[in-house]
Amino acid sequence: MSFLDQEFTDNNIVITKSEDLLNWARLSSIWQLSFGLACCAIEMMATSASHYDFDRFGVIPRPSPRQADVILISGTVTLKMATRIKRLYEQMPDPKYIISMGSCANCGGPYWEHGYHVLKGIDRVIPVDVYVPGCPPRPEALLEGLLKLQEKIRNERLRKTA
Amino acid sequence: MSAEEILEILKNKFPNFSFSFDNSLPLESFLNVDALQLPEVCTFLRDDEKLQFDNLMNLSGVDDNNAKKEKDENGNEKLVGRTLSVYYHLESMKLNHKLNLKVSVAIENPEVESVESIWKSADWHEREAFDMFGIKFLNHPNLIRILMPYDWEDGSYPLRKDFETPEFYNGMKIPY
Repeated sequence: MSFLDQEFTDNNIVITKSEDLLNWARLSSIWQLSFGLACCAIEMMATSASHYDFDRFGVIPRPSPRQADVILISGTVTLKMATRIKRLYEQMPDPKYIISMGSCANCGGPYWEHGYHVLKGIDRVIPVDVYVPGCPPRPEALLEGLLKLQEKIRNERLRKTA
Repeated sequence: MSAEEILEILKNKFPNFSFSFDNSLPLESFLNVDALQLPEVCTFLRDDEKLQFDNLMNLSGVDDNNAKKEKDENGNEKLVGRTLSVYYHLESMKLNHKLNLKVSVAIENPEVESVESIWKSADWHEREAFDMFGIKFLNHPNLIRILMPYDWEDGSYPLRKDFETPEFYNGMKIPY
C-alpha cells in the first residue's frame, strides 16, 4: 500500500503545489543588493530603517550581487554609472528582479531634456519589473512597489502553459 | 582692503602688465588679467605681505558666447571673437578681503596657465573647467576629465553653448 493511501497520523503536514511553495519562498526572502545612487537612496535607507522596516517583508540588504535577488535602482543613473549597473545586474543569479525607483531611474526625471550625462530610464539598459513613481518616492511608495513585486512573483509559473 | 586698493598695488608692482577693472555687471566686480601674466600675478597676490590671498575659493569656466558676425574678403559671413573665460574667486583668510579675477582666451586656442602650483585647490577645479569647457591649463600635472567618463568623445565639452548631445554613448541612446 502506498503511503499516500494511509491516514496521516502526524498532523503537522501541509500539502501544496511545489510551484506555490517555491514562489512563496522566493517572495518572502527578497534579498536586495545594497546599492544606492542619489536622493532616492536616502528614501530607500529610510525604508530599511526601523520606522518603515523593510526587513518585515524578508528584504535584507546584501553586499554582493551574487547573493541578491533584487536590485533597486534608486536615483539618477548617469551614463558613467549605467555600464557599472549593467555589470552588477549580470553578476546576479537568476531569477532576478529590478525595481526602478523614482523619476530619474524611470525616465531621466528633471534631466530628461538637458541632461547630456543622464540615462533616460534604466530600462534602456536592463529590464524593469516594477516602476515606483515619485521624486523621490516616499518610503510608503517603495513598500507598495515591493508588494507589487511580491504579487508578480506569487503568480509566476515554473513551466510555460499553453 | 577694497578691490580698487588692491588694483593700485598691482599696478605699482607690474607697471608693464595690463589690468582692467570691470564693475559693469550687477555682480561682484572683477579684474581682467592676461592669460600669460596670470601665474606671476597670482604668486604675488598670494605672497605679498599686504595681500596674502591664501585661499582660492572657486575657479570656474564660462563660455562667453560673444561671437560677432564678420565678413571676410569674399563676402562670406563668419563668426569671430568668441571667448572662453576662467573666473577666480580669491580670499585672504588672514586679512579677510576678497578679489575676483577673470581671464579670457579665444575659443580657437583656449590656453590658460595653471595656478595649481600656487593654490592646490585649483587642481580639480581646473580639471572640471577642462572637462566642461575644453580650457587647456598649461603645466597642470594631470589634466584629464573629472566628471565625464574617460572614454567620452574628445573635443566634446558639455557646457559650451554650441554643444550638441550625442545620439549614443557606448550603445546607450542618450536623448529622451
